Amino acid sequence: MSDATSAVALEPGMDPDRRRWIAITCGAGAVGGVAVAVPFVSTFAPSERARAAGAPVQVDISAIQPGEKLTVEWRGKPVWIVRRTPEQLATLKTVEPQLADPASNRTQYPTPAYAKNEHRSINPEYFVGVGICSHLGCSPSDKFTPGPQPSLPDDWAGGFLCPCHGSTFDLAGRVFKNKPAPDNLEVPPHMYLSDTVLLIGEDKKA
Amino acid sequence: MAEFKEAPVGAPVATQVTSWLQNRFPTAFDAYKVHMSEYYAPKNFNFWYFFGSLALLVLVIQIVTGIFLVMHYKPDATKAFASVEYIMRDVPWGWLIRYMHSTGASAFFVVVYLHMWRGMIYGSYQKPRELIWIFGCAIFLCLMAEAFMGYLLPWGQMSYWGAQVIINLFAAIPFIGEDLSLLIRGDYVVGDATLNRFFSFHVIAVPLVLLGLVVAHLLALHDVGSNNPDGVEIKAKKDPKTGIPLDGIPFHPYHTVHDIVGVSVFLFIFSAIVFFAPELGGYFLEYNNFIPADPLQTPAHIAPVWYFTPYYSMLRAVTDPMVNVFAAVVALAAVLAVLKGGLTGKWKVAVLVGAVVVVAALKIFDAKFWGVVVMGVAVLIMFPLPWLDRSPVKSIRYRPSWNKVLYGIFVVNFVVLGYLGIKPPSDIGTLVSQIGTLFYFGFFLLMPWWSRMGEFKAVPDRVTFQPH
Repeated sequence: MSDATSAVALEPGMDPDRRRWIAITCGAGAVGGVAVAVPFVSTFAPSERARAAGAPVQVDISAIQPGEKLTVEWRGKPVWIVRRTPEQLATLKTVEPQLADPASNRTQYPTPAYAKNEHRSINPEYFVGVGICSHLGCSPSDKFTPGPQPSLPDDWAGGFLCPCHGSTFDLAGRVFKNKPAPDNLEVPPHMYLSDTVLLIGEDKKA
Repeated sequence: MAEFKEAPVGAPVATQVTSWLQNRFPTAFDAYKVHMSEYYAPKNFNFWYFFGSLALLVLVIQIVTGIFLVMHYKPDATKAFASVEYIMRDVPWGWLIRYMHSTGASAFFVVVYLHMWRGMIYGSYQKPRELIWIFGCAIFLCLMAEAFMGYLLPWGQMSYWGAQVIINLFAAIPFIGEDLSLLIRGDYVVGDATLNRFFSFHVIAVPLVLLGLVVAHLLALHDVGSNNPDGVEIKAKKDPKTGIPLDGIPFHPYHTVHDIVGVSVFLFIFSAIVFFAPELGGYFLEYNNFIPADPLQTPAHIAPVWYFTPYYSMLRAVTDPMVNVFAAVVALAAVLAVLKGGLTGKWKVAVLVGAVVVVAALKIFDAKFWGVVVMGVAVLIMFPLPWLDRSPVKSIRYRPSWNKVLYGIFVVNFVVLGYLGIKPPSDIGTLVSQIGTLFYFGFFLLMPWWSRMGEFKAVPDRVTFQPH
């Protein structure tokens, strides 16, 4: 390598000044090329319109019967509102040893302080969560019926099963151990405007 | 520049036209010689050598049908699904063009997998054909990108959720992942922006790169010459008078005619699928993709199209216990390298430090990230194959007999992984795919050792060929 360089340097009739200028112009050209690439790459980012979308959503939850789930769309994602029966709430305690992060301490999808409790919700009865698996973004299916069934353990207490990679979640959206999903289901910012009207996407109190 | 030679006065019109062209565009005439009439390919090509030219045929089918589909398709999240149905129902013969394109996608992977397998068993990637192999692997990567982005365009349930899962793979990369996946989607969820850019990549960007790589693949091939089932270098034995390889025959007309047989058989099967079973039982076109994309509802069972499922199985195989297995394997490899590797002191320390870093990283980052790494590496590990293989002979014909068993297990393993990737997740399936993943990586990573072991057979001077 050094031989080759010195051979070039010794070449007769070579003007080192011009060589330096060639190097400088090449460098400047490269900088210009990178600068031109910036606007092109920037077009990949979400547009202003996409950024502006995502207003909070109001939901009337009065019609949900115990044991039922309502799905609403917020920022293009499914948000679940599950009205849990007392029996279902009781399972939250029993499954705790099988959960990966029962107290929601992980910070990838931080659980809001008002939902960081044993039932992961403001009102114990209603669980509000984003129905998107923390593994690769599929929407888990409802598996509310307890007992043995395909793809689920025999002591299944009710919860959600992600059809893509088999992650399972309890009725508070908490992920079970040794599953591909690392995190519990996200709890979106939300607040109650009245006893039966929920606002998803905003939490002024927090 | 070639000499300017006028055709003699009074020569036939054909001669005059040829001479006119020859004087103005000699490159075309040279290229015809170099790549067709004077490209000497080994005469002992067998069945496996059809798949290269078939891949080229499928490429042409995809480009031509693609051009016509774009004339009717609308890359708009609110119109895409309906426009595909419009092509299927209202555009005259639109269903045929679309089924040719969808069947062509699967056919592409069938012929390319068989083409790659040919390269593996006959050692076609070995010196001096490493670069052909690397161009080929890059083509395979492009094809995967092309297939994946094309699959979003019909905007069915599988399109949508498949894209959602694959884009989220990038989100698993530590630190930059979330921003990277946002940049790919162009929105906070897979949506219109994603569909539009995937359309752009699918019809312009990737095909251009793909065509460039195909040209490079073929030029490099024609520079060094084709390998053959015996792995004998035909250029080593040339006719002293003509300088033509004794075991070579001109590509045109001999191999072109030969390839027409392959093309005919291929088109029988291709047409049978296009006309009688275009969905091929849900493997070529998944049933869920006949439902329009619904961002609120994942189908009960989602799986990629068959050609991605071996890699998908490996992704699913990486659970927390599997990461512990990886950590143990890395630690064991490092200890073996230190004890038996014959390394100097400095390298021993480097190996140990490296192993500690890798094990620590395995434990720090989520299994989800490592699943993505495993899936990516499973594809990329094909690239260094020419340097992993230390066998003194090319063709499996002259390798130790047990190599055939090993390569056989490799194929069965790949097919089993593919099968498991189609099935819903299950405990036994995960266990089998974990073993399969370890075998897959073991096959490649241990190749520098096992490829040198055993009794090699004598390689003949000339290719084995029975005139018929």
